[in-house]
Amino acid sequence: MSSIGTGYDLSVTTFSPDGRVFQIEYAAKAVDNSGTVVGIKCKDGIVLGVEKLIPSKMLLAGSNRRIHSVHKHAGMAVAGLAADGRQIVARAKSEATNYERIYGEPIPVKELADRVASYVHLCTLYWWLRPFGCGVILGGYDRDGPQLYMIEPSGVSYRYFGTAIGKGRQAAKTEIEKLKLSDMTCKQGIIEVAKIIYGIHDEAKDKAFELELSWICEDSNRQHQKVIFKHNKTLLILFVWKEINTLF
Amino acid sequence: MFRNQYDTDVTTWSPAGRLFQVEYAMEAVKQGSAAIGLRSATHIVLATVNKATSELSSHQKKIFKVDDHIGVAIAGLTADGRVLSRYLRNECINHSFVYESPLPISRLVIQLADKAQVCTQRSWKRPYGVGLLVAGLDETGAHLYYNCPSGSYFEFQSIAIGSRSQAAKTYLERRFEGFEKYSREELIKDGLFAIKETLQGEKLTSAICTVAIVGVGEPFHVIDQQTIERVIESLDIGDEDAPPPAVAESAADEPTASQEPGTAPMDI
Amino acid sequence: MAGSYGSTLRYKNVERIKSIGKHTLLGASGEVSDFQEILRYLDELIIYDDMWDDGNSLGPKEVHNYLTRVMYNRRNKFDPLFNSLVVGGVKNGQKYLGMVGMIGTHYEDNHVATGFGNHLARPLMRAEWHEDMSFEEAVKLLEKCLLVLLYRDRSAINKFQIAKITEVGVTISEPYALKTFWGFLAFQNPTKGAEGSW
Repeated sequence: MSSIGTGYDLSVTTFSPDGRVFQIEYAAKAVDNSGTVVGIKCKDGIVLGVEKLIPSKMLLAGSNRRIHSVHKHAGMAVAGLAADGRQIVARAKSEATNYERIYGEPIPVKELADRVASYVHLCTLYWWLRPFGCGVILGGYDRDGPQLYMIEPSGVSYRYFGTAIGKGRQAAKTEIEKLKLSDMTCKQGIIEVAKIIYGIHDEAKDKAFELELSWICEDSNRQHQKVIFKHNKTLLILFVWKEINTLF
Repeated sequence: MFRNQYDTDVTTWSPAGRLFQVEYAMEAVKQGSAAIGLRSATHIVLATVNKATSELSSHQKKIFKVDDHIGVAIAGLTADGRVLSRYLRNECINHSFVYESPLPISRLVIQLADKAQVCTQRSWKRPYGVGLLVAGLDETGAHLYYNCPSGSYFEFQSIAIGSRSQAAKTYLERRFEGFEKYSREELIKDGLFAIKETLQGEKLTSAICTVAIVGVGEPFHVIDQQTIERVIESLDIGDEDAPPPAVAESAADEPTASQEPGTAPMDI
Repeated sequence: MAGSYGSTLRYKNVERIKSIGKHTLLGASGEVSDFQEILRYLDELIIYDDMWDDGNSLGPKEVHNYLTRVMYNRRNKFDPLFNSLVVGGVKNGQKYLGMVGMIGTHYEDNHVATGFGNHLARPLMRAEWHEDMSFEEAVKLLEKCLLVLLYRDRSAINKFQIAKITEVGVTISEPYALKTFWGFLAFQNPTKGAEGSW
């Protein structure tokens, strides 16, 4: 890499001659190596899915969650360093509660995304901090309906119909583009997300993984809620249908 | 001596997206003497190897009681471990003061992990050089967590950390599927066998290990040396080889999770 | 259900029983504004508790103790919240009932009351409460107490809510009135026989 050894890549507060901040790009590398995280906006809500890699077989299922609630109506999925992700989640939680304390209504998702992005961006501005080694996908439901945002280590945040980060993001995005998101319900969407994550996982090469899912839709009372399926590829589709119909 | 120019500062990312200072701190855990933990549905056993650095000194304390329902075992820098266990005690006391109820283990562990994470993001700090096994019982059952310097935490059925812990881990990986149904005595016994694995042929005596337990109807406490001595004698663990795995061999054939080169070990 | 402005009965439809989380009921006397502030605190507390989504939750005992700390802390700042609170609930088969005063005084008992209730209702409850009361019996006893309180407190209004909490969930009744009888002889000339300079 041309950046290495130039001395322009050792601090977040150093620009390279061609106007890049290499430390941010390096932080983004940490995200690119992590398990894939997928988020889609369906016509009635948001679905988040995570391919959570399991580094040891002695780990208990369901631990080390990568999807967190940040308020009743919003949830966040983390790719990259989970520890960094928790700081962002904690900040998002406190921004959401502070907003409601002042204005008496739940924070609009756009506002939440903006505030979280500012926080992430803040860590790219000082030499004594480092950029977060994680990207987050933020889903929420407010008076303007369901919305989906992705915030990257650089602090940029864009709104999406569907997006993915992590190792399998390219393949996942290709799959998402094939979906007709505008007339898909969350009940259909969650199966598609599960299928995408199972699809991009290379069983021969990758570590074992656990599928983590959540949604925010009318069925969940516009609240962020985790969705649990049995983790078995061959039985997945069967279970998904059976469980979806018995969920409510 | 320096591996590269990216490894002297906690706040510097390497071109591959790694944080070397954090990885080096994790190395400190591996240098410390071993600590292991096992959990059943109702109990958690922590066991540590403690050897004195000199004939004239005592060994460092490696197991700390945090509250009646929580205890920790540490591997790595003992001083860091003591600071963190004092923090944990404080959190438990504050929670008891406000809610008059014990602090849930999972939440304590997250607070601890968040505290560790902060030290990986400020240039004037260093990561903690200690790994903690947090064992506790709350309304959701018995839990065993491993907290590491990177600010990650993991919930395990059983785990070994510290020097030569790989042998103990291999032993535990062959047997952990049966632990859920274990009685407290069986847990202690397998704990001692796992400790023995880390000793590399050295004789296991009650003087070089500490065993603690917490479980239903049993507040966290270190089991006294005489009792451990009796267990070791009765089981002939001292010299005897480890018992055969309780579960099918197929489980034992799986390769143990090993570090892929080039990836950050922060999710370990 | 009255909310008074000094001695003026300003509001007649103030709900003073609220559910807190899944396992707790809270009833309040005193400043309505302070009670609303307390509800805001508890709302944040419960939201934070729920967001962990880890199987742990605050029960009535925890909420009661939390309120105790809040009330006592505020009194130490010479800025007390002017409420007496009653906290009750069921969690994991454990029943819990307690009360907190405005300066942080607190206790647990099989029956609790705030304000005039301490003088007028608790003696009745002490006489008639028993461990294996049915829900219907309990409501009957409460209504008896409420009726006495209504008769004896000129600033009370005949509009009540009763709430029930079990392992299954919370139900707070619609506001309703009790049947009153004002023809008692003692009500005809209430100051008759009262000694006093005025």
